[in-house]
Formats: sequence, structure tokens, C-alpha cells
Amino acid sequence: MFNLERWEEIFETIRKNKLRTFLTGLSVASGIFILVILLGFNSGISNGVRAAFEEDATNRISIWTGVTSKEHKGLNPGRYVQLRNEDYQSLNQKYEEQIEYRTSLYSLWGGQVTYGKESGNYRIEGSDPDQQFIENETMVSGRFINKSDLDQVAKIAVIGNQIQLDLFKGEDAVGKQIKIFGINFLVVGVFSDPGGSREENRVFIPVTTAQGVFNAGDRLRSIAYTVQMSEDFDQAVALSTAMAESLESDLKARHSVAPDDRSAVRVFNTLEEAKKIYGLIDTIRAVFWFIGIGTIIAGVVGVSNIMLIVVKERTKEIGIRKAIGALPGSIIGMIMQEAIFITAIAGFIGLFAGVGLLELVAPYAETDFIKSPQVDFNTSITTVFVLIGAGALAGFIPARRAANIKPIEALRDE
Amino acid sequence: MIAIKDLHKSYHMGNNSLHVLKGINFEANEGEMIAIMGSSGSGKSTFLNILGMLDEADLGSYHLDNVPIKNLNEKVAARYRNQFLGFIFQSFNLITYKSALDNVSMPLYYQGVKRSVRTEKAMHYLEKVGLADWATHLPSELSGGQKQRVAIARALASDPKVLLADEPTGALDTKTSYEVMELIQGINDEGKTILVVTHEEDIAHMCKRIVHLKDGKILDDKTVEQVRAKTPAHV
Repeated sequence: MFNLERWEEIFETIRKNKLRTFLTGLSVASGIFILVILLGFNSGISNGVRAAFEEDATNRISIWTGVTSKEHKGLNPGRYVQLRNEDYQSLNQKYEEQIEYRTSLYSLWGGQVTYGKESGNYRIEGSDPDQQFIENETMVSGRFINKSDLDQVAKIAVIGNQIQLDLFKGEDAVGKQIKIFGINFLVVGVFSDPGGSREENRVFIPVTTAQGVFNAGDRLRSIAYTVQMSEDFDQAVALSTAMAESLESDLKARHSVAPDDRSAVRVFNTLEEAKKIYGLIDTIRAVFWFIGIGTIIAGVVGVSNIMLIVVKERTKEIGIRKAIGALPGSIIGMIMQEAIFITAIAGFIGLFAGVGLLELVAPYAETDFIKSPQVDFNTSITTVFVLIGAGALAGFIPARRAANIKPIEALRDE
Repeated sequence: MIAIKDLHKSYHMGNNSLHVLKGINFEANEGEMIAIMGSSGSGKSTFLNILGMLDEADLGSYHLDNVPIKNLNEKVAARYRNQFLGFIFQSFNLITYKSALDNVSMPLYYQGVKRSVRTEKAMHYLEKVGLADWATHLPSELSGGQKQRVAIARALASDPKVLLADEPTGALDTKTSYEVMELIQGINDEGKTILVVTHEEDIAHMCKRIVHLKDGKILDDKTVEQVRAKTPAHV
């Protein structure tokens, strides 16, 4: 391998057979190029989906209600099921053990928010203190809603970073008064959200205040929990699923809803969905690898094929070499080293082309489900070495054939 | 130098068996120049191939420089070939993409000789065959006679005990043939043992001894008056 003379021999053969070398390399380079692109997009999809889930806690269970679609216990369909404070409290008591964070919610899709002369329409959410963790909010300044805000029905608000940018134009919003539907609220905190500006266009106020200000009494729009996570992902999913099902049947019983009525009480288990999506990503990755490996096999077969032709083409030359004293080992080494060298160089060219293209295209390929498509460098290096190994394998059969050439027959071969 | 006793060789093709060599007894001493003659099918090429360790006999013994040549595996055969023998072929068999110099230094490469020494030696042998000025040329840029002279330089490069020439002039015109034979005679004059397979009478008579093969047996074996291959001025 480190024999300089051997390298000189190889460079010389390559120099004299440029087209052949180029064609051999091309199949390998395109194989690894395709693999790199596929893996890049796979990681892009994976990143994108993970980011989408990271907007909120992944172990979240959301509950909201709708209109009954089935007759049950003498009640007609078409009845609206209303969540109330007492539902929330009884669920809290029953699932005390499993619950990590909890919040009751009374939200409005849009509300006029004004600061001085600036105003905008934002989502207003009445919530509990735990909402900060359920929604994955990070405080930029100030604080989130706390327990005493709830008890005192305080007129305080926590606004998203985007709102601070829109209405306060760079000023610090904490300690300033804003108007929501014309009612004064004191801004006590500003948050940022991993979901970006869409998720930062929100104002959080204490749920009790929301119920009071919007004349809601003890009515709630929805309830959200996060489940205690266990070490094992599958176990966590199982726990979360069990709790979600149990929550659903409890609420249906409380509100006299048919157990199979899908529209009246809805429980969305993020963890279970996450598991499905992650499973899907794994499947996509498996498919991409399958395609990638297939392409590489095609490349390797190509190399093997071309090396066979090379051996055939060089039968006479190999015969001459053997007649003047070349050992079978040196013939095997010569063919293998050439195969590996071509594969390696072509592999790296394909790799860098693929990585380069991904780098170029990545900024334009950002969508909700694709984020920073790039290939893990270790993965690609591993792939290249796999390819080199495969190249050696590909070179081996032709090399064996070359070594078995009988000089007497080769020399007769005109 | 070469001692062969009761050599047999058969080729099998399907159910047919072709008995090519039927008991050859042959000896050659150092410094001899022997022509092996015979019509096609007489077994002369097979004989040369066995001498050259390119092929192995079925029966009989073969000693080269007192080394028994038998049960050779590829590796040992390659080493012996490199050490003992130099080949000259009818179709030159130069490596087409290597320069004359590189072709000549190839046996030395397989002996593991260092590059600088190799080049120096190869150059020396090219000078000997009168092609020093053509060292960097590819075989395709050389005439037939020049190619054969490069091949002779290559055969000499490893300083072998015996030179085996298989129809060395078969692809050359008379004038060039004589030039090549003159060169081979010169090498013989320096003491090298040379075996020449040929079917041309005039070439055979440029050797010191002629062995006639017919139907796999030695028909006769006689010493002859060597005709010097001085290129006639008028040709």
C-alpha cells in the first residue's frame, strides 16, 4: 500500500487510460452523490419534524370539546359539551400522580391589543402558570403568570417577543400598560417560543382574569397537561396513551357523552403522535438508506465490471509481467489498489459534490417539514469507507482472475 | 546448465488427449547457442514453454543450473523465471504504454531493485542494444527491429542464466532479422546460454547446435558451424 513504486505504476496506468478511469469513477461518484443527497434530505425532514414538535412540550395532552354527534342516555345529538372549572379540578385530583404540568385555558382567537398609538390583533390566552412549560416558553424579560395572579384575578399580561417588537418598537415592555379590548393590563413579562414569530403573536393572561373580563363565568375552552416522563420512550408513550384514554372516558362519563362519540370530547396525545411521526421518519430513513445502498451496490458492480474488462484488456500485459517475474501477489495488489484508489477518489468527489450541493440548496429548501438538510459528516465518511471496502471487494474478483492468468495463454492471446 | 530427462507432456481437450512431447532427453551447457527446429505441431513451442516454466511437464525431470524444477506454484515459478530466464518473443510483448526504458527496467522492478539502480542498469542494456537515444520512446514509436532489441535488452536486464527466444525473427524482415541475430550472437559470445526456437534454416545455422524435433521426439541433435550474421552490405 505504501510502496511508492506501486503508486507510480498506478498513476501511470490511470494516466494512460483516462476515459476508462473517468467512467469507472463516474458510477461510484454518482452513487455516493445520490446517497449523500438522500441522507441530507432525510436529516432535513427529521430536523423539520422534530422542530415542529419542539414548539410545544412533546409529552403534552390537550383536551377540548365540541358538539355531540350521537344520542346518549336520552340526550339528543347536537348538544355542545362545555368544559368547566370543576371538570379541571376533578381531573387534577384524580390524575395528581401522573401529571407534570397542568393548565386550564380560556382563549380568544383574536383580540385588539393597544399600546399608545400602536395596536394589533393577537391571540389572547387565559391560562395557568404551568402554561409556560407546556408551551415551551422562554422568558426574555420579566416573569410569567403566577399563582397569586390567578388568586387575585390580576390584570397582568405576558406578551410574545413579536408583540414587543410590533407595538413597543424596541422599548422594554415590562412595566408598561397595554389595553386588551380597551381594558388596561400591566405587562409583567415577555417570552420567546421555539416555534418562532407565529407562536410569539400571543398574549397570556391569568385564566381567572380571562373568565372575568370576557364574562365566561366558570367556563373553559380547553385543558392541557403534560405527563410525567419516564426514562424509556416507549414506556412514556404507553403511560401517556393510557392517561389520555382514561381522561377521555372520564370526561365523557361526566358529560353523558356516548363512549364512541368522537366529536364531543377530544383528547390529543402529542406523545403518541410524536411516536407515529418518529416511526415514519425512521421508515423514511430506512428507505433512503436502502436506495442509497442500492445505488452504491450498482456503483460497486460497475467498478467490478469495469475492472473485469480492464483485466481482460490487460491479459497480455499481465502475462508479460508474469513471464518476466511478477508474483501473483503483486498482480492482485496492482489491480486491487487501482480499484480502491479510483473508488476512493471518486467517492470523495461524489461526497464533496453532494455536501456542496446541500450547502448551496439548503437555504432555499426550508419548508415546514424540511429544516437544514445536511449530512452528518461521520455518516458520510463511514459511507466512503464502506465504499472503499466495497471497492476492494469489487477489485478482488477481477484481481483473482488476473492472478490466475497463465502467462503462456496470455501471450498466445493476440 | 539445463538437464532434461524423459520429458512427457499431453494436452487434454474434452475426451481427446494430445501427446505433444513423447520422452525428450536434452542437455545444454553454459555458453551454448542452440536452435530448436521443427515444423508446427512438432512440440517445439511446448518444449520451450516447459523450459521457460510457463508450463509444467507431466513426467520427467528438469534441472536448471542444478535446481530441480518441479511442483512449482505460481510464486516460485515467478521467482525462478525472474532469476534464471530471459524471454524473447516473436511478437516482442512489450508493455505498450511504457517507455523503452521502463520496459527494460520492469524485471528489475520485480526483483525489488531500487529505482535509481534500475534506471542505470536498464540504460546500460539499452546502450548495449544500441537504443540509448530511444529510451523515452513508447513501443509504438519504434520499428519492429527496435522493438525486438528493446525486448532483448529487457530479457538481459535481470542477468538471467538462460535466454529463451521463441521465433525472435518471425515478425521481422531478413535485414532486420540478421541485425537481431547479430545482436543475439554477440550476447552469446559474452557467454550467455541461448535457446532459439525457429523454423528458418538460415536463422538456425546462426546457432552453434541444432536440435530437430518431430512428433514430440528429438529427431537429431548436431553441432554445426556457426554462420555469423554480419549484415551483408548489399541487402
